[in-house]
Amino acid sequence: MLDYVWVIPALPLAGFLVLLFGGQRLKEPWPGVIGAVTVSGSFLVTLAVFIDLRGMPAEERTVVDVLYTWLPVGGLHVDVATLADPLSISMCMFVTGIAALIHVYSIGYMHGDPKFGRFFVYLNLFVFSMLVLVLGNSLLLTFVGWEGVGLCSYFLISFWFTEEANAVAGKKAFVTNRIGDFGFMLAIFLTFLTVGSLAYEEVLPAAGSMATSTVTAIAALLFIGAIGKSAQIPLYVWLPDAMAGPTPVSALIHAATMVTAGVYLMIRINPLLAVSADWLPTTIAWIGVATALLAATIAVAQNDIKKVLAYSTVSQLGFMFVAIGSGAYVAAAFHMITHAFFKGLMFLAAGSVIHGMHEEQDMRKMGGLRRYMPVTFLTFLVGWLAIAGIPPFAGFWSKDEILLFAWQEHGVALWVVGLVAALLTALYMSRLMFLTFFGEPRWGAAALEGSSETAAEGHGGDDGEDPAEAVHGEPHLDADFRPHESPPTMTVPLVLLAVFSAGAGIFNLPFSANFKFLESWIEPVVETAEAHITVSGAEQFVLAAISVVFAAVGIFLAYRTYLAHKIDASLFERDILARAWHIDEGYAAFVSGPGTWLFDALVFVDTRIVDGAVNGVATVVRGGSLGLRRLQSGYVRNYALWLAVGAVLVLAWFLTKAGI
Amino acid sequence: MTEVAVFVVSAAIVLAGAIGVIASRNPVHAALSLVATLFGIAVLFIAQDAQFLAAVQVIVYAGAIVVLFLFVLMLLGVDQAEDLSVDPLVGQRFLAAVAAVGGAVLLLLALFAGDTPATGARAVTAAISDTVPNINQLGRILFTDYVLAFEITAVLLTIAVVGAVALSRRGDDEPATDAEEGGR
Amino acid sequence: MLAAVAVTPSWYLALGAILFCIGAFGLLVRRNPLVMFMCVELMLNAVNLTFVAFGTMLGDIGGQVVVFFVLVVAAAEVVVGLGLIVAILRRRPGATADDLSALKG
Repeated sequence: MLDYVWVIPALPLAGFLVLLFGGQRLKEPWPGVIGAVTVSGSFLVTLAVFIDLRGMPAEERTVVDVLYTWLPVGGLHVDVATLADPLSISMCMFVTGIAALIHVYSIGYMHGDPKFGRFFVYLNLFVFSMLVLVLGNSLLLTFVGWEGVGLCSYFLISFWFTEEANAVAGKKAFVTNRIGDFGFMLAIFLTFLTVGSLAYEEVLPAAGSMATSTVTAIAALLFIGAIGKSAQIPLYVWLPDAMAGPTPVSALIHAATMVTAGVYLMIRINPLLAVSADWLPTTIAWIGVATALLAATIAVAQNDIKKVLAYSTVSQLGFMFVAIGSGAYVAAAFHMITHAFFKGLMFLAAGSVIHGMHEEQDMRKMGGLRRYMPVTFLTFLVGWLAIAGIPPFAGFWSKDEILLFAWQEHGVALWVVGLVAALLTALYMSRLMFLTFFGEPRWGAAALEGSSETAAEGHGGDDGEDPAEAVHGEPHLDADFRPHESPPTMTVPLVLLAVFSAGAGIFNLPFSANFKFLESWIEPVVETAEAHITVSGAEQFVLAAISVVFAAVGIFLAYRTYLAHKIDASLFERDILARAWHIDEGYAAFVSGPGTWLFDALVFVDTRIVDGAVNGVATVVRGGSLGLRRLQSGYVRNYALWLAVGAVLVLAWFLTKAGI
Repeated sequence: MTEVAVFVVSAAIVLAGAIGVIASRNPVHAALSLVATLFGIAVLFIAQDAQFLAAVQVIVYAGAIVVLFLFVLMLLGVDQAEDLSVDPLVGQRFLAAVAAVGGAVLLLLALFAGDTPATGARAVTAAISDTVPNINQLGRILFTDYVLAFEITAVLLTIAVVGAVALSRRGDDEPATDAEEGGR
Repeated sequence: MLAAVAVTPSWYLALGAILFCIGAFGLLVRRNPLVMFMCVELMLNAVNLTFVAFGTMLGDIGGQVVVFFVLVVAAAEVVVGLGLIVAILRRRPGATADDLSALKG
């Protein structure tokens, strides 16, 4: 099967083309079926490739398959080739697997949407781009996929573009990502300049022979790209707004797959990180942990169910970067995979809730849903325990491993910040859980009676509406409204993801080397750079126990606040947190203030100097042409004359050469 | 001695004819001067043992092509004298003279100043024979080595005839002009 | 004195060169398209003469074969060229080469 790695991205591409050109004529749900079938096919092929790779000796598990030569330009030689190794195939497996489930889910979720077919066009294009990103054998091919997923993300965030806010959110994501892409592009240029090639199999082994400053610069620039794509400080602002897209999109792109591309890239270039200057991994770890903490604090005060999950995603991505910065690439990949499962699960469950509540996203207007949506409730429960870090659910194992490495490599300060972020994670996730599924209903008849109570619950949400006004427009505020469980196309993927969220920990249990499947599997890709656990078993156990205690404290705090009502919710839900530390406003103020001057200066440079040069060239050419035009006299004798003069001059030149 | 005399006389006829072509104000005189030049060339061909070419030169050039020229001249009535005293294009005549004289001087320089007036190997496959008649040699080589080119010239001539017919056919919407009606 | 002089191929080459330049000059200064055509014929004949001279010089019959082909091409060229001139002059009687300058820049 190793010769057929190209089929993995080719299937979604085929699905995309079929849907693009024939999708208009297909009736619902056939576009969805085509999308789901092609992506499932990719998953099966990936599985076959995985089995083949398992059957090979560990050192040989890197298979490059050149499809054709793309750019043979001078010294630049770029092939379109697939790179199948343990890392890329692992990534492919969870990308195609989760994407297949989300395709199925989308058939139910997007039911009745007028742009049902279009949705799957974008979704298939996204999966294709993501697979190009993962399987490409060079920085340039990865960049193509990188831009492809960014484009699809833009399409899908502003999928319902008739709403101004959605279109704005799409643009915000696109522009913010572009800042990171700038770093990626510079890294590509610098790599080509230094190594003379862009293929991973040539660039990565050359890491040791490059100057430290150059390697550091390349790695740092790629990290800037990763910051944009994986939503780290300071470029995380686009991800919460990206929730404007349909919920399956949030689950697939903005939780499970695309946002982990930055982490993937960092793992891929681990030989570069290993030999770069010490400050870079430290910076990565601190940016990661700062993002984890910042996003967690913001998530505590959000009222929109998807916003909470979005900030949670930012926070969890921060943990992954902590792992990268600690040299724990396997741990990063492990958390990437478990996070994909449980965050994908929670987004889909949230989508199910939103569906059941007729497009209501405000948690203050939910409550008590566990009796009405049992499947959604149970699956969400699994996701909640997993992300909160309760053993033996998947999130515990991966997060604990990251914290262990942070402790070992960067000391106590970073570890403590990480722990606080973990505590907050447990707190905001429990809050979401309790507000949505437990307690008394705050919809239907209850909402009509106690609309003042609803207002009291919400302390300064950024979308606090006037309850009286809301009564008329929103169906869930009717007295006889009952939330309903979602159809099987939506619940079956939920159940499957819940199984993985619960059990994915077994991929990499810390007890013995025999249980570390993922580590021994990815080892060949990261062996030069991977950090190894040096602390004793007892110390590991104590650290794990502390993190479990912190998680339990977080859950307990949430219980006291939102179920027992012993603590006033305003303790956590500070206005400044709900407004995300005013960072978005700060950016806006900067861009419209000092930014304007900067751009005015740039405009001046552009119009006067750049355009001036271009126009100058044009003027010179025009002047020259006007002069030369006179040669084109239209008289045939004149042309013949110049021909004769030219011939005589050539003759003279030859005679001079011959020395006569 | 006879050889030299033949060359000198023929060369004089050729050059005089050529001057006549470019200097005659009347095109008909130019065409007649051209005949003189072509005839002189034919004599020079014979002096170089190229009897077949000399015959073809007289028959095709003098007999057919020049007659065609005269025929067109008469048909279109463009045999009026041309004013050669001044050239409407400024500098054309001067530059043309410079180019022509310069070219001639350079060529003659190349011929007589250099040690080897011509380069090239002597023929091995198709050497000129003294015993076999010229026309036999030409015929043999035309139908062996050059047979493909020879066939292609047949096609070329056919195409030229078709082209000439197509060009000179009058379109349906085109009225006959004075020139064609002999109204000059 | 004169008896010592023999005609060498160089004489023919020199005559060809002069004839070629006369033809070229004529082509450049005459305006009547038919006369220009005749000048082209002069140049072609100069080249023919040169070919035959070189053929004699190198003892190669190929020089004469090329002349044969030049004659054929010249005939074809005259046929098409005269056809063009007829077509042009039928629309614009008395036109010279200078009158046909619609393609100027």
